[in-house]
Amino acid sequence: MSEHEYTPKSKAGKWFNDRLPLLTLGAHLTDYPTPKNLNYWWTFGGILTFCLITQIVTGIVLAMHYVAHADLAFASVEHIMRDVNYGWLIRYIHSNGASMFFLAVYIHIFRSLFYGSYKSPREVIWIIGLMIYLLMMAAAFMGYVLPWGQMSFWGATVITNLFSAIPLVGDSITTWLWGAYSVDNPTLNRFFSLHYLIPFLILGLVVLHIWALHVPGNNNPVGIDIKKPSKDTVPFHPYITIKDAFALLVFMIIFAGFVFFTPNVLGHSDNYIPANPLVTPAHIVPEWYLLPFYAILRSVPDKLGGVILMFSAIFILFVLPWLDTSKVRSAVFRPIYRQFFWILVIDVLMLGYVGAMPAEGIYLVLARVGTIYYFLHFIVVMPVVGYLEKTDPIPMSISEPVLTGGTEPSLARKVNDKV
Amino acid sequence: MIKSNIKLLVLSFLLLISLRPLQSAEMVDPIKVDWSFKGLTGKFDRASLQRGFQVYKEVCASCHSMQYLSYRNLGEPGGPEFSEQEVKAIAASFEIEDGPDSQGEMFTRPGKPSDKFKSPYPNVQAATAANGGAYPPDMSVLVKARKGGANYIYSVLVGYEDPPPGVTLDDGVYYNKYMAGNKIKMPNNLMDGLVEYADGTESTVDQMAKDVTTFLAWAAEPELEERHKTGVKVIIYLVLLTILVYLSMKKIWSRVDSEV
Repeated sequence: MSEHEYTPKSKAGKWFNDRLPLLTLGAHLTDYPTPKNLNYWWTFGGILTFCLITQIVTGIVLAMHYVAHADLAFASVEHIMRDVNYGWLIRYIHSNGASMFFLAVYIHIFRSLFYGSYKSPREVIWIIGLMIYLLMMAAAFMGYVLPWGQMSFWGATVITNLFSAIPLVGDSITTWLWGAYSVDNPTLNRFFSLHYLIPFLILGLVVLHIWALHVPGNNNPVGIDIKKPSKDTVPFHPYITIKDAFALLVFMIIFAGFVFFTPNVLGHSDNYIPANPLVTPAHIVPEWYLLPFYAILRSVPDKLGGVILMFSAIFILFVLPWLDTSKVRSAVFRPIYRQFFWILVIDVLMLGYVGAMPAEGIYLVLARVGTIYYFLHFIVVMPVVGYLEKTDPIPMSISEPVLTGGTEPSLARKVNDKV
Repeated sequence: MIKSNIKLLVLSFLLLISLRPLQSAEMVDPIKVDWSFKGLTGKFDRASLQRGFQVYKEVCASCHSMQYLSYRNLGEPGGPEFSEQEVKAIAASFEIEDGPDSQGEMFTRPGKPSDKFKSPYPNVQAATAANGGAYPPDMSVLVKARKGGANYIYSVLVGYEDPPPGVTLDDGVYYNKYMAGNKIKMPNNLMDGLVEYADGTESTVDQMAKDVTTFLAWAAEPELEERHKTGVKVIIYLVLLTILVYLSMKKIWSRVDSEV
């Protein structure tokens, strides 16, 4: 991406760089030309990197004190909270950090949906991002099991039981996952092992995600390609680094608010009751960030159907770049799609809300309506709207003023032009 | 356009949330108490914590364990802050089983501050059997383990009533306004004047319920005061740093013809 070849000034630097071009990489990351019109929705990439590092660092410290055993796990968490120096702080950062991580990733995903960042030539970035998201959900689910409270135990029971819906081999698979005939000590042990592994897989995918990003460069709010790098872009450092730092600090203030003043508000009180296989909680609910999928799962009366629909809800996102037929990336210039985007946002929030409620009465109706709309949005609305919609005129370049509808045709290009 | 959409979003979300009361009509909301430990700078009332410990020791501890607490915690900052001598005396008033000794025998000795709170029963089964089949839950994190927290615990303690007509209760089951399903196996153990407070406070049911709830809130979150204090400092630091970074950002971006 760099426009000029980088050569280290010092002799030693040159010697090293010829053998491993780390300094070239550093120079590339510093100079990386970034669209100058990026808004604050674009700062969540940096925020997410911060979240991942925070989870890994706090997680490593917690693992030094945690005991992955069904009889000792709950007590070891209390030991961390009471006897380890600043153990309460480290644990609350880790548990609230998971929520903040998901908050940021949802904003990041919806930003991509709004501005069409998943579209050509950025499909691979999008797909790697979805793989990261899937691994995040796996890591978060297993992490929630580790304190071995009531919700840990019963959440694990509900989710692992989903696999028993698979015809013929379902029960065998579930037993294999558990390492026992129910969720028990072997399950806890393997979940701990995997919970420690997955963040490093995520880290690897994050490197690929950023690498894939640096090939075409960033999308931007107007969604058009960079025409003149000198006019349309700024070097990543210091322009984007300082802006990311500012946004990150604002994010950290909210994060700190949760950690220090309401550290348990996002969790479920039942998880401070030690796991008891003989007592089922009145309502088994996952953490908030998994609730929309939980609502989809429960909206189907058939178990296998629910499982298939729930996984489809995630996997449909993988083919999104090919379901969207619009040639215009940014929803800023897509008056119809923009409305549907916000309906989708409301739909997902509503699914999240009914996911926390008992699956009966009005909630079940809402869950079904929400689920149907969710799939309609991707399977019908995106291809059809992209095809039929008359988009607003888009600007010539990032540095040209943004056009309002019906200005000089010399500045506005027709939608049909290749963007 | 985006703004009106966001408004729509917020409105529809509020509508959803307003549906919530439909869900649980049979349970009475717990009484809201203005606890001293609420809020951003909330602290425990030291005297109340000490009285609460007394209620716990003289009333609750005959059935409820608090296995994650140690006697030394009673003297630590942010808690009841008993003096070192008081903590030693409290610990020594319990006979703790220790061992095995060099002969392989278990023995008892007076408690030390480093010992965990002595449990009234040797195990969950024994506790369950001795209490009519209902295990008196360990109270170490009870306040965090109940929806409604301290308000709920306090409400249950003062929520005993005669059952309304038509409700029949089995032996050993009591009617409580705030308990889920209104049935509780814990009898109403508090009555006016039950304990004689060392500081002379009148021991009404309400006072004892408040004191012991405060004590349980501390037991569940012994880090609360330090957390609040550190939190205020952290937020102030972050806000100042954010302002500085914001000004730097404005300065740096003034070199290009673009908004930040």
